[in-house]
Amino acid sequence: MNSRSLSEVLWYFLGLSMVAIGGANALIPEMHHQLVELRGWLSSSDFVSLVALSQAAPGPNVLIVSLLGWKVAGIPGALVATAAMCIPSSLATFFFIRFWQRFQQSRWRAVVQEGLVPVTIGLIAASGYVLTREADHGAPAYAVTILTAVAMVRTRIHPLWMLAGAAALGALNIV
Amino acid sequence: MTRRELFLCFFVMGLVAFGGVLPWARRALVEQRRWLSAEEFAEALSLGQVLPGPNVVNLAVMVGARFHGALGAMLAFTGLMLAPLAIILLLAVLYGHYGQLGVVQHAIRGTAAAAAGLVVAMGYNMVRRQAQKQAHAWRKSGVTAAAFAGSGLLALPLLWVLAVLAPVSMLLAWRGHK
Repeated sequence: MNSRSLSEVLWYFLGLSMVAIGGANALIPEMHHQLVELRGWLSSSDFVSLVALSQAAPGPNVLIVSLLGWKVAGIPGALVATAAMCIPSSLATFFFIRFWQRFQQSRWRAVVQEGLVPVTIGLIAASGYVLTREADHGAPAYAVTILTAVAMVRTRIHPLWMLAGAAALGALNIV
Repeated sequence: MTRRELFLCFFVMGLVAFGGVLPWARRALVEQRRWLSAEEFAEALSLGQVLPGPNVVNLAVMVGARFHGALGAMLAFTGLMLAPLAIILLLAVLYGHYGQLGVVQHAIRGTAAAAAGLVVAMGYNMVRRQAQKQAHAWRKSGVTAAAFAGSGLLALPLLWVLAVLAPVSMLLAWRGHK
């Protein structure tokens, strides 16, 4: 928790804000690779624990960024990371929206949208892969991941029930 | 709609939105308050998907800006983030204190496996919908597979993946639109 890490948190997430297409859920592989493997700011098991905490709490997915900032530099780190992640992209959205609306019928607008959405889908799928690879050690954990995914795809069960059930299985040392 | 209503709407949304904000946002903005039509909401969402930044934060900025300009954007953003940020920091502090306990570690390990499943399901649903319903499904699925490989399997920096795939994918889309 020193000022160097606080400024590193600031610069990393400022840079990430403007390339964060597809939202926070698309960023998991990038953040895991950078922060765990290259910079060593936290361990992989801490990383997946923080992702789990952010999924269990209310609010937007971007809270994972707040938790990563917190892990590196405490509460100031959380605030700096959240602001750095949200403010540049929010400003871009604010200024871009009027400009974009003028081109509602134009061809290149459809092209940008059609071009970028498949990329974001691939990034989110990659997030699922990296989380599974890093979170699951052993068959019971893989079973929980698969069961949760199937329940989310096939049923209308609320995700909190799956998280709570998995927490209970974990506490009982089954997973 | 007053500024106070705008702020309160997003504040409550942040507080109650467990398991993803979008369904709650739709309920509040389209069904309950009717600030946006279903089409406007879908439009804002699809735009949020291609703009950089957290999707729901972008949605708040768009809705706030539309009704109350820059101040509205700030009010909606602050309202959305205030409660969740406070709650997550509280959880973080508790995790810092009790995270070393065996039972807590085990519970979180279980939760992490389920959290991975949530993201897997989200990705799966998007991949499937893209492959089934839309035109040019092969082209789009190819781009999706390349993004998955670059970011997931090869662990390339996001900037590289985007710098290569975004122009290629847009070029393909451009040609498909002729």
